[in-house]
Amino acid sequence: MLAWATRMASIIRHSPRAHVPVLPDLRNLGTILRILLAVNGASAVVALVVSGTLDRFADSWVRITGYVEPHLIAELFVLYTLSPVLARQPYRIGVALIYAIGVAIGVAVHLGLRQMFPGAQDSMLKHLLLSIITTAVLIGYFRLRMRALSPAIAEARLQALQARIRPHFLFNSLNGVLSLVRRDPERAEEALHDMADLFRVLMRDNRELAPLADEVELCRAYLELEKLRLGDRLVVEWNVKSMPADALVPPLVLQPICENAVYHGIEPSSQPGTVSVNIFLSKGEVHAVLRNPYRASGGSHHSGNKMALDNVRERLALHFDAEASLESRVLEHAYEVHIRMPYRTENRGAVAAVATRPATPHAHQPAPAQPRSRRIDPKLRTRTAHG
Amino acid sequence: MAETPIRVMVVDDETPARRRLRELLDDCSASLPIAVVGEAANGREALDLMQSAPPDLVLTDINMPDMDGIELARHLLKLPRPPVVVFTTAYQEHALEAFEVHAVDYLVKPVRVQRLLSALQKVPKLRPTQAERISQLPANARRFLSVTERSRVVLVPIDDVIYLKAELKYITIRTHDREFLLEESLTRLETEFGHRFVRVHRNCLVARDAIRGFERRVNDDGDSHWEVLLNGITETLPVSRRQQGIVRDLSRESVG
Repeated sequence: MLAWATRMASIIRHSPRAHVPVLPDLRNLGTILRILLAVNGASAVVALVVSGTLDRFADSWVRITGYVEPHLIAELFVLYTLSPVLARQPYRIGVALIYAIGVAIGVAVHLGLRQMFPGAQDSMLKHLLLSIITTAVLIGYFRLRMRALSPAIAEARLQALQARIRPHFLFNSLNGVLSLVRRDPERAEEALHDMADLFRVLMRDNRELAPLADEVELCRAYLELEKLRLGDRLVVEWNVKSMPADALVPPLVLQPICENAVYHGIEPSSQPGTVSVNIFLSKGEVHAVLRNPYRASGGSHHSGNKMALDNVRERLALHFDAEASLESRVLEHAYEVHIRMPYRTENRGAVAAVATRPATPHAHQPAPAQPRSRRIDPKLRTRTAHG
Repeated sequence: MAETPIRVMVVDDETPARRRLRELLDDCSASLPIAVVGEAANGREALDLMQSAPPDLVLTDINMPDMDGIELARHLLKLPRPPVVVFTTAYQEHALEAFEVHAVDYLVKPVRVQRLLSALQKVPKLRPTQAERISQLPANARRFLSVTERSRVVLVPIDDVIYLKAELKYITIRTHDREFLLEESLTRLETEFGHRFVRVHRNCLVARDAIRGFERRVNDDGDSHWEVLLNGITETLPVSRRQQGIVRDLSRESVG
């Protein structure tokens, strides 16, 4: 599912013909899991067929997997390593290379096993034939799958899932700005700039991944506007110094969570509450943990919560499949949303992320949250940092 | 001779929103005498403030913590001379339709000065918003019950109520410290607060949280019935024959 999702952007960018087949992303957890499942499933079926009776099923499965597993693991490893090279080739050449790799590994595994267990062995030809058939079926499957989940459908899905801000927020913010116009025109200007930044992102095409730093800047602009109307009731704690600012994330992946935090955690109470944002890199994954005070008796206030979270979760799945997750839980007095995403720095799959992963988390990361294209008033930034 | 000014109270949990309304009221005062008698951040504060500074008009936000605008409007009706209530709201989609249907006045934020002015001009002619109109609005369960004592509105937090008992014309509200008399129907209260009260008798609702246990009592005629034991007070309440099932249900709940 993720192969096409992460790739679809590049398909569209590079060629207007959407039917050009592309190899699956061989470093993608989803792809790898699918291959493992398919091959093991197939070997179980073969074992069942050749065993005749159920008693002998276990025996023949062990015998088959004894050959299949080493081949499978070795081939997946080689494909994983060579994935960037294969991805750069035209589709036909890529497929041919995969067959060649399959045959080479088949021969190597067969010879290796014969060396270790010089007993009665099936013929090498039979093994090779089986592995070629399996490879062909899998390549066909991935190609069909990519066509079925055609970019057009995925595009439409992402389009529909574009996060929408609560209209309530727009009008309350406008009202907040109006209240500043006469007394503090400069602050009114800042607030209007924040609104412009926010709505520019909300209204643009948000189907491609964007740098994490931009998303964090967006959250700052949003929370700054909320602070304008909620005043001391909203306290924001930022802990993003060690975040990988260059990580590519789905646009509007954090802002809706911040919006939820304010809506459910801050607005229902007249007491001050803290929204905390923690973003860090751990084991090659980007983690974002957002917390807000938990108000048990929210009543109808809580109904919208699940929708916003489901929207973000679905967009994460479209972009990263099984490599990303969103979990929420209720702590003693806080509500916590934890987002996990792969650390990617270019739109073309996980290639760069794995190759350039720092040895230790938080080791050598770019400076956090430097705005790339956005003008941010320095005063505003300082205030946010203290807020 | 100057006209008597319209006394206005502004209720909103957002400081900028209150400030903006005051600016606009200031603008309106050029064409109409207006006196802002107070500002409150939620319905509860507004009711407190009203004891000392009664307004003719309350401009209130709808969504507010502690007590929202609709609940405020319901409590205001208990005053001997209730003020006119005009709701202000940023955006409410469906809820606003309900306001139109029940002819309850509202202003949409951001409010234009002309719109505010025309609302203000209507005030002297308007009678307080009718109780039944307010009660038709889509509302959450109230957080307070309000009783009138010496022409003041006294709020009883619903969390503090141990039981509600219908007696003749009134309902007795029992809290830990004292009793209050309320003019409402027990059935309506049961509908509104059904999740936190349980009916133990035709005339009595008891807060689930206040139930400590049940005790079997035998009277002089040899008949036996259950009595509810309550947290914090020594008083007990009889469970009617019809409601006996609740003894088993609630005991099971507390065990499970």
